[in-house]
Amino acid sequence: MLAFVIRRVGEALLVLFIVALVSFAMFKFMGDPIQSMVGQEATLVDQEELRERLGLNDPFPVQYVAYLGRVLSGEFGISYRVGLPVEEIILDRLPATLELALLSGLIAISLGIFLGIYTAIRRDGFVAHFIMTTSLIGVSLPTFLIGVFLIWIFAVELNVLPSYGRGETLDVFGVPLSIFTLDGLKSMILPAVTLGLYQMTLIMRLVRSEMLEVLRTDFIRFARARGLSNKAINFRHALKNTLVPVITVTGLQLGSIIAFAIITETVFQWPGVGLLFINAVNVVDIPIMSTYLLLVAVIFVTINLIVDLLYFSIDPRLKVGGGSKGH
Amino acid sequence: MSEEIVLTVEDLIVEFPTRKGILRPVDRVNFNIKKGEILGVVGESGAGKSMCGSAIVGLIDRPGRITGGEIRLQNERIDNISHERMRKIRGRRIGMVFQDPLTSLNPLMTVGEQIMETIRVHLKISEAEARQRAIAALEEVGIPAASSRVDAYPHQFSGGMRQRVVIALALAAEPELIIADEPTTALDVSVQAQIMALLKKLCHERGTAVMLITHDMGVIAETTDRVAVLYAGRLAEIGPTKDVLSNPSHPYTIGLMASTPSPTGSTERLSQIPGSMPNLRAIPQGCAFNQRCTKAISACFKHLPILEPVDKTDVACWLYDEAYKDEAAEQSKTQLKEGA
Repeated sequence: MLAFVIRRVGEALLVLFIVALVSFAMFKFMGDPIQSMVGQEATLVDQEELRERLGLNDPFPVQYVAYLGRVLSGEFGISYRVGLPVEEIILDRLPATLELALLSGLIAISLGIFLGIYTAIRRDGFVAHFIMTTSLIGVSLPTFLIGVFLIWIFAVELNVLPSYGRGETLDVFGVPLSIFTLDGLKSMILPAVTLGLYQMTLIMRLVRSEMLEVLRTDFIRFARARGLSNKAINFRHALKNTLVPVITVTGLQLGSIIAFAIITETVFQWPGVGLLFINAVNVVDIPIMSTYLLLVAVIFVTINLIVDLLYFSIDPRLKVGGGSKGH
Repeated sequence: MSEEIVLTVEDLIVEFPTRKGILRPVDRVNFNIKKGEILGVVGESGAGKSMCGSAIVGLIDRPGRITGGEIRLQNERIDNISHERMRKIRGRRIGMVFQDPLTSLNPLMTVGEQIMETIRVHLKISEAEARQRAIAALEEVGIPAASSRVDAYPHQFSGGMRQRVVIALALAAEPELIIADEPTTALDVSVQAQIMALLKKLCHERGTAVMLITHDMGVIAETTDRVAVLYAGRLAEIGPTKDVLSNPSHPYTIGLMASTPSPTGSTERLSQIPGSMPNLRAIPQGCAFNQRCTKAISACFKHLPILEPVDKTDVACWLYDEAYKDEAAEQSKTQLKEGA
């Protein structure tokens, strides 16, 4: 198992190394940074001098290694537009995105698993058919449309939930969070539902099909023949056997909730990193864009690593030295 | 052996409604099993053997259901009781052993957890006590070092050992009846005999009745006290194993015997029954076997034969009916002539 963990960490580092290369290349190929830094009156000599001073004439690999060194020591550069260190700007925005992603992930996972089990067990029932049909909407409608619909219904027509912003925040260990105030929580509901709806329907459909698969297996039949209650069969035996694929997909989905909250954050003007990124794209603020890319990669790689480790706690067949007859 | 009857199956009919009409995989089957007795149920694939077993424990897959007849366990009807009452009978009073031990156990739970779970569903005992019983159950089925193997997962056992675990599970709550559905089919030949001997020994010690579903005539000959021969969902012949095997009466049983290699090692070519079992959608009128039967007489194509005693067994065949005796004799004479 230790060897497995070491191998996976190695792979993760390789992925990050390559992503760092891409995000560094953005500086090189998306316009000339010198042009964005110097004023209009600067002469070509001034520009050349600055280029030399910043090390931009060094060969690419040398520049890349220098960049890696700065990244590892926590220096991501200065935002072209705001003029502040990128890490400060992003850290300032990150809590908003994380709490939104966490809430919508929680909604997606709990509701997705619950509805998945329900529609699998009652697969011929009217309610199950209704849920399955409606879930198609969740899968097929684009996120921004769902967000706009929800704003129209709950903010404009019913006027019960705010349509933009974080609402009131409460500082927890110096980090402002919306989730602990009533106003903040109300502000979170619409964006969280919008962000989580697609993932929820995806998890639900996955749990349902996996459950149906497992419920057909011999050991479920044998469990019935042993006189176990339906509750024990559905939850203790069937659900646990569906978890490996469900966790894989859920992990990746959680990653994309955090990484691609861009659209939802734009629709709801949620001041998170997604909104920051989209604004950065508008003004070609490359340090922010490339750091965002790195951040997303780190989140994905970390979640994947956690998912891989979770397999071990679920499936005993994966443990090394667990026996010779596994399949 | 006591004469107490554990299981009675009377005129059992199982039907599956389909778009193309109603199918009857089990059609008016009658048998009973006494305490400590092993009844073999043989037949080709699709003859309704497993469906009978599923019907008894109330586990027929939807949309199939029992549409006629009665099933009685110790004289109580169990074919029409609630799901919840049936669940309490399954595992407690009727244990089951399935064909494939590799897939019968939950791969994510230790064998001990699965045995304890079964025991504690049916008996009100503490977890520690259940664990002791689980270990004892594993010891009884011959698992070495049971007290440590109790915490092992199914994939850490070989096929034969897993089937032992499955048997331990089936016997965990000391049921009166075991339904073993092809318990050795998926195992190596060398292990088959061990598992059968184990099942036989344990059931004999406890006086458990066994319904042994198989298509292996060798297993039938070695293990069972009585044997029921099923054909297209109907009972063709039932009687004491030695009588059915040595002196079969139904033409299908005769054909079945002739197509089984004899242990005495004769090198003659095995005979086979021509044709194949009819599709459930196209069972002919009269006796289901009439199209393949070499001795069929006019009655076989018109009327459904019913079980009647012939010699020491019960046979469903018109050839032995008084009213058709002459025609049957005539038929066999002409056949003899043709053969010569």
